[in-house]
Amino acid sequence: MARVPEAASVPIVARVRARRRETHDTWTLSIEAGEFAFEPGQFNMLYAFGIGEIPVSLSGDPGAPGPLIHTVRAVGSASQAITRLRPGDPIGLRGPFGTAWPVDESTGSDVLVIGGGLGLAPLRPAIYRLLAERDRYGQIAVLYGTRSPADILYRREIERWRRRLDTAVEVTVDHADAGWHGHVGVVTRLIDRAAFDPDHAVALVCGPEIMMRFAANTLQAAAIAPERIYVAMERNMKCAIGQCGHCQFGPTLVCRDGAVMRYDRVRPLLTVREL
Amino acid sequence: MATRQHSILTIDGVAALLDALRRRGYRVIGPTVRDQAIVYDDITSLADLPRGWTDEQGAGRYRLARRDDDAVFGFAVGPHSWKKFLHSPAQRLWRTERSADGVRIIAEPVSAKPLAFVGVRSCELHAIAIQDRVLLEGAYPDQHYRARREAAFLVAVNCTEPGGTCFCASMNTGPKALGGYDLALTEIAAEGERRFAVDVGSAAGSGLLAELPHRAATPGETAAAEAAIAGATGRMGRAMPDADEVPALLRRNLDHPRWEEVADRCLTCGNCTMVCPTCFCTTVEDVASLDGSASEHVQHWDSCFTMDFSYLHGGSVRASPRSRYRQWMTHKLSTWWDQFGTSGCVGCGRCISWCPVGIDITEEVAAIRGSDSAARGREG
Ligand SMILES: Cc1cc2nc3c(=O)[nH]c(=O)nc-3n(C[C@H](O)[C@H](O)[C@H](O)COP(=O)(O)OP(=O)(O)OC[C@H]3O[C@@H](n4cnc5c(N)ncnc54)[C@H](O)[C@@H]3O)c2cc1C
Ligand code: SF4
Ligand code: SF4
Ligand code: FES
Repeated sequence: MARVPEAASVPIVARVRARRRETHDTWTLSIEAGEFAFEPGQFNMLYAFGIGEIPVSLSGDPGAPGPLIHTVRAVGSASQAITRLRPGDPIGLRGPFGTAWPVDESTGSDVLVIGGGLGLAPLRPAIYRLLAERDRYGQIAVLYGTRSPADILYRREIERWRRRLDTAVEVTVDHADAGWHGHVGVVTRLIDRAAFDPDHAVALVCGPEIMMRFAANTLQAAAIAPERIYVAMERNMKCAIGQCGHCQFGPTLVCRDGAVMRYDRVRPLLTVREL
Repeated sequence: MATRQHSILTIDGVAALLDALRRRGYRVIGPTVRDQAIVYDDITSLADLPRGWTDEQGAGRYRLARRDDDAVFGFAVGPHSWKKFLHSPAQRLWRTERSADGVRIIAEPVSAKPLAFVGVRSCELHAIAIQDRVLLEGAYPDQHYRARREAAFLVAVNCTEPGGTCFCASMNTGPKALGGYDLALTEIAAEGERRFAVDVGSAAGSGLLAELPHRAATPGETAAAEAAIAGATGRMGRAMPDADEVPALLRRNLDHPRWEEVADRCLTCGNCTMVCPTCFCTTVEDVASLDGSASEHVQHWDSCFTMDFSYLHGGSVRASPRSRYRQWMTHKLSTWWDQFGTSGCVGCGRCISWCPVGIDITEEVAAIRGSDSAARGREG
């Protein structure tokens, strides 16, 4: 549900309610922004006053009223400023923008949710919705890969999901440490272990571009049609409203035609270097 | 309209037109000579127009020259375009203020001192229509652009003296203005004086013309005006080869070796994007006051030739000059269609004239077309 145009181009002042550390460089903020509806996969522009605005995915439960949840990795000036905000601090916010994961459209299908690193953040709203309406779907598998055990986001929640008998939740790391007894290796390896009917499965994939390409290849090798694979693209964004040109990805504007895109539509673009 | 009746203004009629626009409260902008180029700036009288001047243009070349007559609009287009006035090079979007009771974000009010543009060429009308598509016809119209655009009064001038880098005829964007103007003038010489055949394009145009000293055109004058425009069609310095096929041609040639060759010459200076009347890209900058109590969020023109343009954490997506030139040209001629349902190029030739090393978009297309991967694929 897009807001009126004026509010799409100028942020409102929202307030940080809580801040929780996820990993050494990543924090999850809850932000009080009043009445706000969004679809899984959409993002907001978060504004650090006097510093800048950045696109950040909504990663909370779209079905739950209450504050908005954003998980932010501190990588540069704006993301650092945002992750340093304290409860009570003001933050600028406009949105929601972009396309959504096809959650409702996947009714009756098996659903594979495949996340790499921070890519789990934009997938989490889809997972909430899938689990909230669990009996509308066939098999559900959540496959998540990170660099190391210390980089795992939403640990407690993943533990809770893992205890469900109706959902397969697998986590893998590239590099294990002494305390790690789980899978080691790239997330695509988990695809072969998951149970799904390729003719009736939908895959939602989010992570670094290279990971999404490998995942899509593995999914296609497992006979899932490219029209049933969805990826979320990332490009530089300044406006989020289709007017600054920064998010171009060949014939698409990622802020408008994405970030969630159908794989068959972007597959030819992903193989072009530096597009 | 087959039965459209031209009116005729004399040179005094054009002076009266400028006065009438000013009387109506417009800021009148038109071509004028400055720093050895014809630019667009405030016009207060006929004397400000580049009467008796023309421009000689080629790849990487623009030079003013004296005409051997006293034509008022006897030149093509210069380094400026109307986007400078409609899609401002610097536009504050909002400011913030911090006080004891919190932070406020104050949206920049739209300003609408109405503008009148005198001397808008057909390619430029198309360029304005293209920016309308991008900035007004999406889900989130640009309010600042809209206010200026809706208030603008456009006096078009049909081209009778095309430039050496013009190729609008091959792009179907000129030389005759077919709509989108309030009034359109075609300059002709008759009986030793300059006369201007006038077409009315809107009610506002009709109202304004009624205030000016004018008379109906004779059949001879109408024929002379049409002949002058038709003559321009045949005298353009360049043509886009097979323009309708170019979007698909570029789509299938993203790995053509020509991109590497043009990148060897390209300085990635971004001149072409700055002079282009359709390039709309912008970036934003936050400027904080020294004490941190206030800040401004300002939008500036940007160029896809900069490294920052495609920056993602860890580096630029388009790090090589090859990929940036390819982005620019494929956007203008191919992906713009996918994004906005129109071409991003109107054939004005500015990017050719103002490229410091004379890279020519029509020549680049011709080179790719000459060794199209579809054809190469068939051979191999
Ligand atoms: C649709 C979308 C959703 C995103 N969701 C999240 C999320 O949920 N959590 C999260 O931590 N990050 C997310 N990102 C990435 C995040 O926007 C960047 O990390 C952030 O813009 C970096 O800005 P900075 O000022 O901190 O860093 P700097 O390195 O100082 O960046 C300078 C500028 O470059 C641009 N930029 C740099 N990196 C990126 C990037 N990766 N993506 C887009 N623009 C970039 C920005 O315009 C920024 O203002 C998302 C990006 C997109 C496009
Ligand atoms: S790409 Fe070149 S010729 Fe085409 S509209 Fe832009 S400046 Fe003019
Ligand atoms: S050519 Fe480059 S600067 Fe011009 S509109 Fe396209 S991306 Fe923007
Ligand atoms: S972010 Fe500006 S056009 Fe997409």
